[in-house]
Amino acid sequence: MTLSSRKNIQILLSLIFIAMLSAGYSAAALADSIEPKTETSVAIVISFEVATASLTAGSYSDREQVIKKLYTVDDERVLPVLQQMLKSKLYYIKKTKQLVFIKKIDGSYKTTSILNNEDAGLFEKNKLKKVKVNNKLRRLLRGYIAQLGLKSTDDAVRKAAVKQLLKNINAETIAVLQVLDKKETNSSIKELVAAGVSIWNLSSNDKATQLASIKALSKSLVPEVKLKLQEIIEDTEDATIKKAAISSLKKIDSKISIFGFLENLVFGLSLGSVLLLIAVGLAITFGVMGVINMAHGELMMLGAYTTFVVQQMLPNHITASIFISIPLAFLVAGAFGVAIERFVIRYLYGRPLETLLATFGISLILQQLVRSVFGPTNQAVQTPAFMSGSLEINSIFAITYNRLYIFIFAIVVLLLLMLILKKTRLGLQVRAVSQNRTMAKAMGVKSEWVDAMTFGLGSGIAGVAGVALSQLTNVGPNLGQAYIIDSFMVVVFGGVGNLLGTFVGAMSLGVFNKFLEPWSGAVLAKILVLVFIILFIQKRPRGLFPKKGRGVED
Amino acid sequence: MARQPFIVDFLKNDKGGKIFVSILLVTMFVVPALNLLVPADSFFHVPTYTVTLLGKYLSYAMLAIALDLVWGYCGILSLGHAAFFALGGYAMGMYLMRQIGDRGVYGNTELPDFMVFLNWTELPWYWQGFDMFWFAMIMVILVPGLLALVFGWLAFRARVTGVYLSIITQALTYALLLAFFMNELGFGGNNGLTDFKDILGYDLQADTTRVSLFFLSALFLILTYFLCRFIITSKLGRVVVAIRDAEDRTRFIGYKVESFKLWIFVLSAMIAGVAGALFVPQVGIINPGEFSPLNSIELVVWVAIGGRATLYGAALGAVIVNYSKSYLTAAFPEVWLFALGGLFLLVTIFMPKGVIGLWNQMRLKLQGKKQPIAENKIE
Repeated sequence: MTLSSRKNIQILLSLIFIAMLSAGYSAAALADSIEPKTETSVAIVISFEVATASLTAGSYSDREQVIKKLYTVDDERVLPVLQQMLKSKLYYIKKTKQLVFIKKIDGSYKTTSILNNEDAGLFEKNKLKKVKVNNKLRRLLRGYIAQLGLKSTDDAVRKAAVKQLLKNINAETIAVLQVLDKKETNSSIKELVAAGVSIWNLSSNDKATQLASIKALSKSLVPEVKLKLQEIIEDTEDATIKKAAISSLKKIDSKISIFGFLENLVFGLSLGSVLLLIAVGLAITFGVMGVINMAHGELMMLGAYTTFVVQQMLPNHITASIFISIPLAFLVAGAFGVAIERFVIRYLYGRPLETLLATFGISLILQQLVRSVFGPTNQAVQTPAFMSGSLEINSIFAITYNRLYIFIFAIVVLLLLMLILKKTRLGLQVRAVSQNRTMAKAMGVKSEWVDAMTFGLGSGIAGVAGVALSQLTNVGPNLGQAYIIDSFMVVVFGGVGNLLGTFVGAMSLGVFNKFLEPWSGAVLAKILVLVFIILFIQKRPRGLFPKKGRGVED
Repeated sequence: MARQPFIVDFLKNDKGGKIFVSILLVTMFVVPALNLLVPADSFFHVPTYTVTLLGKYLSYAMLAIALDLVWGYCGILSLGHAAFFALGGYAMGMYLMRQIGDRGVYGNTELPDFMVFLNWTELPWYWQGFDMFWFAMIMVILVPGLLALVFGWLAFRARVTGVYLSIITQALTYALLLAFFMNELGFGGNNGLTDFKDILGYDLQADTTRVSLFFLSALFLILTYFLCRFIITSKLGRVVVAIRDAEDRTRFIGYKVESFKLWIFVLSAMIAGVAGALFVPQVGIINPGEFSPLNSIELVVWVAIGGRATLYGAALGAVIVNYSKSYLTAAFPEVWLFALGGLFLLVTIFMPKGVIGLWNQMRLKLQGKKQPIAENKIE
């Protein structure tokens, strides 16, 4: 009875091998039965309905037999029943003995039949009885659930099932794994299986096999392998085996530390890309124009809420809604930015501290505005399918797609902004006004228009950052406040008026933070970064890449 | 102009100050009398709740004067001044915590409740001595002072000025906020210090204790005003104002700008600490929220609204904003942030000298005088 032979049998029908069952589902039998034999002759065909019906009565050991029978029934309804039984959520109605799944609704229980998933009515708790399981049954169920999972067509489910099996390696599981291996196409699952087989071979009596498998294991990064090798080093009396195991373990450890380093680096760069996104808009408003824009965080919040609104309007096109949101958020936040510049900031040029207060006032008004319109609670923004999941390099190192895309997004935004500043007419005028306003005016640059456009540009970029943030954190009225201090730190650290400085500042602070974290914990790491910046500013009051030349002492 | 003794100068020249101090003197005697002597059902009775609320405003006013000293007169816009206030508050809170003794939930004579909860077995070294009132009071002044000394020494020596300084003071209070949230630090984490029972043996819930605390707040506010007024009218004060208006020129004349700034900054932090210590027994709790950068920025607004570089203006601003906050958050919670934000805009754009500046302008107009040509320049 292999998986392949089982698959050939029609749905609702299956084989049960009495001889094997009486031997307690023995490992030997399973291993021997990789090739279909003649047991079919003694098989009794049993249906899902019949098998489950006897769950409602009898002792634990009776139930054990039923579960074993049920496992052999080839029916897609088996897996959920076993899973619910494991969670102690399988009940039957006392009167009719009908087996049901339950869901608690307002004190009473909504039941659905396990046979056809149809509603079986509402019941009080005392009208239902649980199908009880003990630890022995739970163990059995877990094994069966894993083995049934192996049949799934979903790679992730199959992988999880293999991982579950690796936790308890014996002849039985190895046989199952080897069967799976023959058909398996996914390389990372094949790797797991190979590791499992090698672990199993370690317990053979043949020394050469043992040594070969120890050697083979040095390539594997599956956590169980490490445990097993440590076990061998402690237990074995054979010097050569011990030596081989130690060298394999060393190889694994060095690989793990390399990947640990890489992981910190990737997490750091990913945090850095978020910092870059939140700071790059500020690098324009604060860095180029010298306006301390405390409403920067709230402009990001507007971008995030734009994403939310677009998603509400296009509930069936989540992926498209994100791409529509990006330009829209730019326009919304940019428009607010231009308005803020025209109505408030232009009266306050040359008085940076007043600007700080006024923009802080604006940030409070925007927060309350959002709270009044959308309510004080966080809004759920959905993640498009292409951003969920992760890119698995190997069993201990994976990069989630949203980190990857946000990193790319941040770089693209930065490059676009640089392009605008360096290559367009607006960029030229912005740079001219920020370097020497009077001279620029004399050359015919409309400096007031440039101010408004620059502020709008910075604000628009903040809105775009908000779209990215909506994928990372809760979208609520306090979203802006959570990021405002970080973004100022990045700009000040990188050096005001320098996009490259902002990039280097964001990335190095992100990486610095993530390398501190495993050693100090997340909160302390953040405190240390802040203290580091405070001290850094003492050494270099103008940041990593200070402005040079005549404009410095403005 | 020959220098006059401080008291003569105050009586002759400081008209606003005289009004301010007189109002405070009247309040500090009349309010307790109306609370303790007038029967509770009388129209003139001031409930204890109001007395405590007023006491709270007065400690805020003291904090505002501390900020005005560095911002209005020295041009240092600290966006982390509430941190010094909170540190003073924590020092007082630690004393009050030790006074609970075995009356806590766990009845442990040696440890505060939250330490018992965290399975700590002995008092950390930095909690030693806080069972003595005099020691705690020294710490109220010393801890904020030391932090300001170290921070200011680093910042002013490196000539970190203007916006940069504002941003790193904000980083400072943010770092402290995060630190005080950690349970491991031993200051009660998220919940902070609360559930106080008594101070110097007097029950904190009793009317007489509350009225005395109010009285003390008013007294300390007057003393703070005199101290700050004394400093700014002294020669040192003149130099400080010169630094505000033209830092480089003052330096070139030969003054050690860093030392003056440091002096003023540390003093201001100490005053803020005392204000915090008066605040905590009246509100009955101190938690890490007091370190929030938002608080420090709000504080800046009090000073801006009242009017910078007047001292009493700062105090007035603190009372106006906090009174309207108490009123609006209760009556129209939706409106409060709109009002506060609007106030920011209004003040910065239309009345850069705050309420006091507006008042002076109107008075001059009514008297038909032209505005003086050389006004006190701010920034």
